[in-house]
Amino acid sequence: MTVWLPVLLPVLVGVTTFLLGETRERLRVLVNLAGAVLSSGVVIALVVRAYDGAVAGSSVEMLPGLALSLEADLLGLLFSAVATVLWAVTLVYAFGYMAHAENRARFFGFFALCIASANGVALSADLLGLFVFYELLTLATYPLVVHSGTDEALVAGRRYLYYALSGGAALLLGVVWLYAIAGTVPFTPGGALGAVAGRTGELRAIFALLAGGFGVKAALVGLHRWLPGAMVAPAPVSALLHAVAVVKAGAFGMVRLVNEVYGPELATSLGVAQPLAAIAAITILFGSIVALRQDDIKRRLAYSTIAQLSYITLGVALCSPLAAVGAVAHLAHHAVMKITMFFSAGSLAETHHIKRLSALDGVGHLMPATMASFAAASFGLAGIPPFAGFFSKWPLGAGAAESGQVWATLLFVTSGALAVGYLAPFLVRAVRPAAAAREPGAESDPRMLWPIVIVGALSLVLGLLAGVPGSPLDWAARAVAPSYAGWSPW
Amino acid sequence: MNLVAHLPVIVIMMPLIGASIAFVAGPRRAPLVTVATAVLTIAPVAWLGARVLAEGPTRYEIGGWGGPLGIVLVADGLSAAFLGLVAIVGLGVTLYATGYYRVATGSRPGPGHGLYWTLWLFMWSSLNALLLTGDVFNVYVCLELVGLSAVALVTLAEGAEPLRAAMRYLFASILGAMTYLLGVALLYAATGVLDMRMLADSLGPSVAAETGLALMVAALLLKTALVPMHFWLPTAHAAAPSPVSAALSALVVKGSFFVTLRLFLDVMPAGYLGGADVLIGVLGAVAIVWGSIQALLQERIKLLVAYSTVAQVGYLFLLFPLARHGGEVLSAALLGVLVHALAHAFAKSSMFLAAGVTLKRFGHDRIADLPGTARRAPVIAATFALAGVTMMGLPPSGGFGAKWLIASAALASGEWWWAAVVLVGGLLASAYMFRLLAVFMAAPGGRPLPVGGVRTLRTEWVPLALAAASFLLVLAVPLVTRLAEASAVVAQAGGVVP
Amino acid sequence: MSTTVLYPLLGAALFALGVWGLLARKHLIHKVIAANFLGSGVFLVLIGLAGRTAGADPDPVPLAMVLTGIVVTVALTALALALIKRYYSATGLDTLEPAEEAEQ
Repeated sequence: MTVWLPVLLPVLVGVTTFLLGETRERLRVLVNLAGAVLSSGVVIALVVRAYDGAVAGSSVEMLPGLALSLEADLLGLLFSAVATVLWAVTLVYAFGYMAHAENRARFFGFFALCIASANGVALSADLLGLFVFYELLTLATYPLVVHSGTDEALVAGRRYLYYALSGGAALLLGVVWLYAIAGTVPFTPGGALGAVAGRTGELRAIFALLAGGFGVKAALVGLHRWLPGAMVAPAPVSALLHAVAVVKAGAFGMVRLVNEVYGPELATSLGVAQPLAAIAAITILFGSIVALRQDDIKRRLAYSTIAQLSYITLGVALCSPLAAVGAVAHLAHHAVMKITMFFSAGSLAETHHIKRLSALDGVGHLMPATMASFAAASFGLAGIPPFAGFFSKWPLGAGAAESGQVWATLLFVTSGALAVGYLAPFLVRAVRPAAAAREPGAESDPRMLWPIVIVGALSLVLGLLAGVPGSPLDWAARAVAPSYAGWSPW
Repeated sequence: MNLVAHLPVIVIMMPLIGASIAFVAGPRRAPLVTVATAVLTIAPVAWLGARVLAEGPTRYEIGGWGGPLGIVLVADGLSAAFLGLVAIVGLGVTLYATGYYRVATGSRPGPGHGLYWTLWLFMWSSLNALLLTGDVFNVYVCLELVGLSAVALVTLAEGAEPLRAAMRYLFASILGAMTYLLGVALLYAATGVLDMRMLADSLGPSVAAETGLALMVAALLLKTALVPMHFWLPTAHAAAPSPVSAALSALVVKGSFFVTLRLFLDVMPAGYLGGADVLIGVLGAVAIVWGSIQALLQERIKLLVAYSTVAQVGYLFLLFPLARHGGEVLSAALLGVLVHALAHAFAKSSMFLAAGVTLKRFGHDRIADLPGTARRAPVIAATFALAGVTMMGLPPSGGFGAKWLIASAALASGEWWWAAVVLVGGLLASAYMFRLLAVFMAAPGGRPLPVGGVRTLRTEWVPLALAAASFLLVLAVPLVTRLAEASAVVAQAGGVVP
Repeated sequence: MSTTVLYPLLGAALFALGVWGLLARKHLIHKVIAANFLGSGVFLVLIGLAGRTAGADPDPVPLAMVLTGIVVTVALTALALALIKRYYSATGLDTLEPAEEAEQ
């Protein structure tokens, strides 16, 4: 039953927040923080058990012969832990950021429902459950995207829905079809379709539908257009949902799809992994190059997200064990680094009304702690050791080379250089002397500052501790190894 | 006296007696009588359902007169499911109506306050009779009774437009009923029986019987408002008072659909009226697309919701082309359609009731003029959101369960295009529901607060509860499955779970 | 020509006339009359059925159906007339859609 708690606790928090209403501020803060801390505790307890090899699972019958099943395996827990722990951090930030905003009950309520859905995506034991929570995630995010109610937000929200719901429809068709030919398909490391492997035509079509469905949230090129627009949402939403929960749900779906539904072997022999890898590679280049040209800070970060997400997709689509480890580790590393950047961007906008890169001159003197955290995250994202990003990019590149796909290694190196290109201007401008005198007052509200410093420090700490058991890298290696029979990271 | 044996009659008589008492009690006491009746009706319906689950389908001969002359009532899993639906939604509608038709102390009851209760209970009783009747002529009588009370209920709204809508509804209703009766006449000429079970045994290849059944089915499609015979529905459902709209859209169209189901699955042998099943399926698909597009174009909430009914009714008819395949496909499709009928009823009634509150609070239901509703009337917005999820067929709503089952049946039958229709319908529903929800979420701008301020009305909780029921209906699917298995046709097909 | 052929044929003709009237005629009273044509058509068919076995007693079932049908039709007609009266006093119109000239 414990395995349901990471889903049910946030649901409870969300519903309570709605019922508390707009005015009971203190109680809302208390309920949300307590819920987040408690959920994090549950997830960590599940992780400890999973490290010992005990996988908790539970299911409820939903449709005849079809159950909604959750299972706390290491791969799912990695995503769940990232979402839940960062939820707690983001809450603190959001209390500061939203202090004077309207409709806070609605905001925090849906926020909690998003985390519940993300945890459902993470812990689902089969495609049906994953689909159910994937769609719930879309629904729970919509009110957050359009939170301000402005025309711009409504347009962005509409576009988000078009993409996400069309992707959901493709996903549904793929899942129903797969179930029609293969019955329930529980996630099985190495693949679960051995019995129907002969139906190649159908399996290829289903793969295309499923990858297309996940590709919307994972922002593959062509399906990415909702993401930059969705950045009109309040900064904590961009930070947690668009760098962590929503987009990672798509990337995570890709990992499940390749490693645990089809399995690397079948995906390669069907010839479906290679096109996916190619699309992901194009997305990486596309996102990085477009990011270079953005002046709006959040848009630049959004395109960077598009590029970085495809590291994960490409990593699993290469079907090399080491690259897959890098991909899964990147799921966690990128979350920590990108959330730092979005938090910082939110602080800049909220405290100093800076929304453009060109207005950033001298900000480093004004907000040293914020910009130092931003720098730590930037170094990580560019893949500079010993920051966290290095420890996902190295196995990615090494895995690609090891499996004879040197083009991918070169691509990772190139995009690392491009990342330097689109991130360096932030740091260069920040340390420049200010063009105009700025009002003092400097760093933002401590409720916003401390979360930034914590996640910024994590970008370094996760890298320094990459070799320690329990670090994202070690965790990813353990989660991925079973998908590759005969391969061991040690 | 053995009460259990008489349950089918009690289920019909309970609202009928309530209707008579409500009429005598007068406008002030009628609401109480109606609520009491609604609560009391749940017991025999639940009892009957439990009995069907335990002992299988039962037949009841009124007054001990069996066929071919007497009137026979049949209760099986299908009728029990629909009776339960009518009872639950009926209770919700009744509770809501007590707030909607509240007579302020010291003021005189307005028009419609007195007649609503009697007519509504009368329609309820007729619907129950329609769901239980075992012979095709009685279906005609019940259809007329439902139609008469429904038309009268529509006219309770004030103004000329409801009258116009009611007359259009009445003429469509007469056309349908008379066509149905002509069909019955031809069928009787060919077979000499009216009892459904006897008909099932004696139907053979015969021009008269086939023409008769074709006329009957066509009439039922008109009553269920299958495109292109839907012309009467949007105006009638939108013009009626909200508690009436809810009952019409959620329950009344399901009544005639239920009879269509009986004719196709229980009376006609497989393959009878060759080709009609596919034609009906195609019309259903057209209805889904056409109704959704029309819903997308409407300027008023009640019309949007009414056109959404035209679209959602289409899903029900996807059953017939799939039923042809028999076995597992039939069972899955029938269960899917059953779940859809239930989910749609909960969601649709909640939306019409919420639209009624919108009208009361804001004085209009023009979509473009409702920005900020999510803030000013969060319960209304939440109702539309939860019900909308069912319309879209997204998990975990009943609509999702239905669409999953229908799509699975379609893919298992090899006719994947029906699954595609289901998915496209879901996307179109998202388009028209989110068009509404986006306005609710929009910043209110400088518009003044509505009459009544931001206080939540008591009547707003009923639609929210119904919407929540539709949102979580997947949880009830195991029960619905057992009920479906307690119907003859699914039992023959080998059960729902293979 | 025997009643078994004559009655159903006549009934069908009346029914067709009724359908046409109900759909094509605009005036509301015409529509009500057309609706009664529909009913009478069906009843004729049923009465023809009751006497189809020459020499034997008439079959009571169709006659019972006709009786029920007549009752229902009377009720429908009454309701329709009441609605038309209310509608006419509210709008002054005797058709469902306002005529083109009326709008100008």
